Amino acid sequence: MNEDIRLMKGNEAIAHAAVRYGIDGYFGYPITPQSEVLETLEALMPWETTGMVVLQAESEISSINMVYGGAATGKAVMTSSSSPGVSLMQEGISYLAASELPALIINVMRGGPGLGTIHPSQSDYFQATKGGGHGDYRLIVLAPSSVQEMADFVGLGMDLSFKYRTPAMILADGVIGQMMEKVVLPEQRPRRSQDEIRRQCPWALTGKTPNRQRNVVTSLELDSALMEKNNERFQRTYKEIEANEVRFQAYDTDDADYIIVAFGSMARICQKAVEEARNAGVKIGILRPITLWPFPYKAIEDVAKHAKGILVAELNAGQMIEDVRLAVHDSIPVEHFGRMGGIVPNPAEVLNAFTDKFGVKFNFTND
Amino acid sequence: MAKIHGAVVIDTERCKGCNLCVVACPANVLLLKDKEVNDRGYHFAYMAHQQACIGCSACATVCPDACIEVYRVVEK
Amino acid sequence: MELDQIINPANKVYSRPALLNDNTMHYCPGCSHGVVHKIIAECIEELGLQENAIGVAPVGCAVFAYNYIDIDWAEAAHGRAPALATAIRRLNPEKLVFTYQGDGDLAAIGTAETIHAANRGENITIVFINNAIYGMTGGQMAPTTLEGQKTATTPYGRRPDLNGYPLAISPLLAQLDGTCFVTRQAVHTAAAVRKAKAAIKKAFKNSIDGKGTSVVEIVATCSSGWKMTPDNANKWMEKFMFEKYPLGDIKDSAK
Repeated sequence: MNEDIRLMKGNEAIAHAAVRYGIDGYFGYPITPQSEVLETLEALMPWETTGMVVLQAESEISSINMVYGGAATGKAVMTSSSSPGVSLMQEGISYLAASELPALIINVMRGGPGLGTIHPSQSDYFQATKGGGHGDYRLIVLAPSSVQEMADFVGLGMDLSFKYRTPAMILADGVIGQMMEKVVLPEQRPRRSQDEIRRQCPWALTGKTPNRQRNVVTSLELDSALMEKNNERFQRTYKEIEANEVRFQAYDTDDADYIIVAFGSMARICQKAVEEARNAGVKIGILRPITLWPFPYKAIEDVAKHAKGILVAELNAGQMIEDVRLAVHDSIPVEHFGRMGGIVPNPAEVLNAFTDKFGVKFNFTND
Repeated sequence: MAKIHGAVVIDTERCKGCNLCVVACPANVLLLKDKEVNDRGYHFAYMAHQQACIGCSACATVCPDACIEVYRVVEK
Repeated sequence: MELDQIINPANKVYSRPALLNDNTMHYCPGCSHGVVHKIIAECIEELGLQENAIGVAPVGCAVFAYNYIDIDWAEAAHGRAPALATAIRRLNPEKLVFTYQGDGDLAAIGTAETIHAANRGENITIVFINNAIYGMTGGQMAPTTLEGQKTATTPYGRRPDLNGYPLAISPLLAQLDGTCFVTRQAVHTAAAVRKAKAAIKKAFKNSIDGKGTSVVEIVATCSSGWKMTPDNANKWMEKFMFEKYPLGDIKDSAK
């Protein structure tokens, strides 16, 4: 088989993967550093090939509500944005979760708060994993650390979202969105037919036929007893996702004295730091959560049993560290290393943090 | 000359006694019950002067609760 | 002629549309929403679009529109119905897609979505119920509240120096190249209801035929919010609302 290998940006990979997955609709609004998603889709003109709808909306608020409308009809729909735009989408995301609609939302994070900076950041971890909008809901959150994963997670995110009827998010950052790498693009799949949608999504707004009741997609239920039942159903779904969909990757953790927990671009930087540390006689490993929710608590608890300390490295002031601390129950020290405001650290800074926080000495040889 | 006979059937349990049909009727056929109420406490509409009804449907057309059916016979 | 000779299925000239289900509407007595729901149901039925119609309900009193008309419905967040409708129609171009929105939903929180959907010429129908007040939340000022009109948040009457001016949305939408049909109707008399129904039917046909955005504004009453009996509310509407919001077609370029 000839693999379709290309060199492209993470943002471009998302666009190509979306068309090839057979996404029905993309609705978005320009914001740096993810505008290439919409630009690439417009250039690909998928409405001429797969029939995919691509629309530049008047705002992120509109984009996410277009996603809601499309998802309500059983279509595979998505949007992408960056931090300030994703803040605007939170209302719509809460409605998607409450209406049990599948949808894919991509956040190519930039530094905040406020308008902040256009440079990379991971400071929307809390917003993505703890529920940025109102109400008790969860998002499936996938954190890619390569352009390949940007492409792969479009399909994975959409599949999980349909499997559990709940929205999924790809939480990337400006580094992954903007950097170019080789990527193997998935094969072109056809979009689902209307018959397939009717079969797979009996809840969808496909037009009321005499053989079924009318379908209503709503998040409203004024009867508290029924609304509690709805909430209990959502929570059962979340439990099922927590039981089945935790994803992570472990690098060199088996013999490691220290563990770095990092996701996305930060995990890439830490890989280089680990390589340098091992050359300098210190055994460090990395545990990279791929699903930020459901979070790999158990995996982190397990690696903590054999380690002296954990460094949580993030492009923020310390967000994921709270989940790591929940995972290890104070059994070993958990420290944080972070840069903010769009600064991307180098591997040496990560190793310096080990010296600062844990007193680790590295024997660097000049070769 | 043709004579028009009309009549309405009101779903009195659905009626909310808003009086809009009474006002809309060009032949002053309808009234709200003065004392009697339906299960939800509304003074529902009824045909007070059935003989005057011409079956024009004005009452049913303006009825917000769609609780009026209209019948009409044109006697040649 | 005896009554039982008249009341005979063969003589029936008006009955409840089959598409209106048996649920008792939650609206207050005399509320215009009920009439508009009824004529929408009649239009869908008469156009044979029961299996191809998707409605988008708003936030406000009509949030439960989906309980009454027996078609598929989506319930939008406040003001976002035109965004939902945009995607629903683009992804399902064979469907009749319409929004049903009040003045708070459409002309305040959802102004951007309304204007941009209309400006893109989305092939949808927007049914806009303008009763110059927020009914569901208890009678607060709406963008369309008249000058001097008393509401829960303008207890001494709307003052332009404090609250701005009443917003006439339909003429604004008529200026946009994306709209093909913009009309203002009412449902306070049988004749008005028939005209409003004809307008909605025309709008639905435009949407099916892909002629652009159709807007049917219904100048309506809120007897509870206005604190009047339903028939007095109709009189007040004729006297004051029609001056600011005169009835008739504002634009019809879909011929």
